[in-house]
Amino acid sequence: MNNILVLPMVIPLLTGFVLFFLRPSVRAQKLVASLSILSLIAVSVRMLLKIRDAGILRLDFGGWKPPFGILFVGDSFAALLVLTTSIVSGLILFYAFAATERRHENMFFYPFSFFLVAGVNGSLLTGDLFNLFVCFEVMLLASYVLVTLGGGKSQLAESMKYVAINVVASWFFLVALAFLYGTIGTLNMAHISVRVAEAGQGPLLSAIAVIFLIVFALKAGLLLYFWLPGSYSSPPAPVAALFAALLTKVGVYAMFRVFTLIFYHDSSITHGLIGAMAVLTLAGGSLGAVAYKDIRVIASYNVVIAVGFMMLGLAVFNEAAFRGSVYYLIHDMVIKALLFLAVGSMILLTGESRIDRMSGLIRNYPLLGWLFFITMLSLAGIPPFSGFIGKVYTGLGAVEGGNYWLLLAGFLSSLFVLYSLLRIFMNCFWGETTITREEQRPLNKKKLIPLSLLGALTLAIGVGTQVLAPFVADAAHVLANPEIYIEAVLGEVQPDE
Amino acid sequence: MEVHMIILTGVLVTVAVYLLLSRNMIRMILGTAVLSHAVHLLLITMGGAAEGHVPLLGESDGPYVDALPQALILTAIVISFATTAFLLVLAYRTYEETGTDDLNYLRRVRRE
Amino acid sequence: MKGNDVILRTVSRIVVFIILTFGVELFLSGHNNPGGGFIGGLVLSSALVLLYVVFDIETVHQGVPLDFKKVAAFGAMLAVLSGTAAAVLGHPFLSQGFGYFDLPIFGVTELTTVTIFEAGVALTVIGTVETIILSISKDV
Repeated sequence: MNNILVLPMVIPLLTGFVLFFLRPSVRAQKLVASLSILSLIAVSVRMLLKIRDAGILRLDFGGWKPPFGILFVGDSFAALLVLTTSIVSGLILFYAFAATERRHENMFFYPFSFFLVAGVNGSLLTGDLFNLFVCFEVMLLASYVLVTLGGGKSQLAESMKYVAINVVASWFFLVALAFLYGTIGTLNMAHISVRVAEAGQGPLLSAIAVIFLIVFALKAGLLLYFWLPGSYSSPPAPVAALFAALLTKVGVYAMFRVFTLIFYHDSSITHGLIGAMAVLTLAGGSLGAVAYKDIRVIASYNVVIAVGFMMLGLAVFNEAAFRGSVYYLIHDMVIKALLFLAVGSMILLTGESRIDRMSGLIRNYPLLGWLFFITMLSLAGIPPFSGFIGKVYTGLGAVEGGNYWLLLAGFLSSLFVLYSLLRIFMNCFWGETTITREEQRPLNKKKLIPLSLLGALTLAIGVGTQVLAPFVADAAHVLANPEIYIEAVLGEVQPDE
Repeated sequence: MEVHMIILTGVLVTVAVYLLLSRNMIRMILGTAVLSHAVHLLLITMGGAAEGHVPLLGESDGPYVDALPQALILTAIVISFATTAFLLVLAYRTYEETGTDDLNYLRRVRRE
Repeated sequence: MKGNDVILRTVSRIVVFIILTFGVELFLSGHNNPGGGFIGGLVLSSALVLLYVVFDIETVHQGVPLDFKKVAAFGAMLAVLSGTAAAVLGHPFLSQGFGYFDLPIFGVTELTTVTIFEAGVALTVIGTVETIILSISKDV
């Protein structure tokens, strides 16, 4: 019995409901939310350690054995991401405590943030493809509410587009599921993998794989990222940070799961396609990041670049590259939260969002300035910070697999990342100070603490890689050897009966 | 039977795509609703609805059809119900705020 | 909206109870037969919607003074809790139990914990439907 597996989804769900009833008292909401986040982190750590000791965990809902029931499966990859999700969403919430306006707090901002986290954790832990769809929808419905929250005209217009795109993407998900169920006759991911391996991945299955690729590409912003910069740059800072840190990453995770566990037989088609899409994403994201002057849009294009970079690991398809991608996923959740919160604070402080209208902020807000500098270095992959190790392993994997073009694209994109953020840094933080001491808006300490903690976290991941290394190595090992996952899920029952 | 259902699915998808591409917000929402119906039909067809009896104990001696696609469809219906409802409220709020239901006009709002 | 439609009012006074009874019947027959929380909840909420259409919102609100957002949240919480209870008792999450009980009027009846879960689902559906209808129709 591994009921601990379901806790990362149940705790935020229940917290969300409790917060619903605590609507009148914002104070009580904050207290319950903090306690819940702390217990969530504790549970995630416990789960990670348990997986290290006992191997992959499995929980059959209601005692129905696989492949008949639905189930949660926890391997190191999922558990690492659940832990990162808990920590990062907690820090974003602490920032939101200080930054969210009263009327948003009353409009169920906190409950829906928790529903979002529940959906994310559920998507990470599920071992059933249809359940993945359901958890995606839980996450998306919460995100629909958050993206429209307290919206003005432009925000509502953007939300309309965001919801419509996601409805169509979910539709494709269902179509892919229908075809897959029609051909394979099961929805348990491990069981699908067994049957695909038995039947061989023919043209029909490859076509289904490509539909799945389209679905996850839409969710993750791989090549099909046209909706992303608009939707991520219109909501308030904490919401944008939650989206940037969590939503696209779930798409990336799903892509890794499906294309390492199920559709790995015909890699010339699927993984070739992923590689091409990743390179195009890197190119498009890089151009977008240097072309715009709105700092929120620049930050959104950085999300796109990161997705492209992580998918390089999947396209290369060997253990070292997987290791790089896992590191990079963890790093990116932390750093995108920091980037979006920093950018949000800058807009809140100056009332401007274009880089040519801000100047000399470092004199007014030194700590914010240096935190932004750290973010920049970490995103570009400069050694003491967390971005470095992910890039190194992805690079090693690419060299090992002989994918030099992918390597080149990845590292060129890092230069663009550096340039785009350096442009913000030079324009907004360096230069003449335009705000005098008197009219300078104070930067709340409560906002600076979560920012500094995120900054410390990126440094800690970079310096303390040694601590994470065994978990990441295990995650990459399971990704590279799907039979371990299958054995853990179907081991004690007959795979076909 | 299956051929008919697949053709019907195709027709529904055509209608839905036409509606989705329209400029009117309400038509677009109706498009998403029709689109979800199309995929529910597809699911039940792929699950092999044409053979076997209703999967209820005591109603017949079998063979029963696979009950799983029906469970999937019920879940999908609930989700599409929630999404459609949310979209309707969102459309209403957007109309209140901007005074228009024309998506082309909304794009202009965004640029301002 | 003060409609003066005598026929509609008179008929709906009776019909609402038929719908409500049918909703409860559907809700209870679920699990082994067609029906269940979702469908039962939809039918129950349609009865409320009929009331809203025939009488105005204030009048109905006096009779049914509920915040439907909270009803929905409570229902969903009930459903999750019924699954969690199993986990607390040491069974896998979402495990269900059932037993046969000799009740005074009904005779030997099968009672199952699924009903709690389904009640949660029904409340969620009622709460959600009413919230949507009310938030759209409030200021027309």
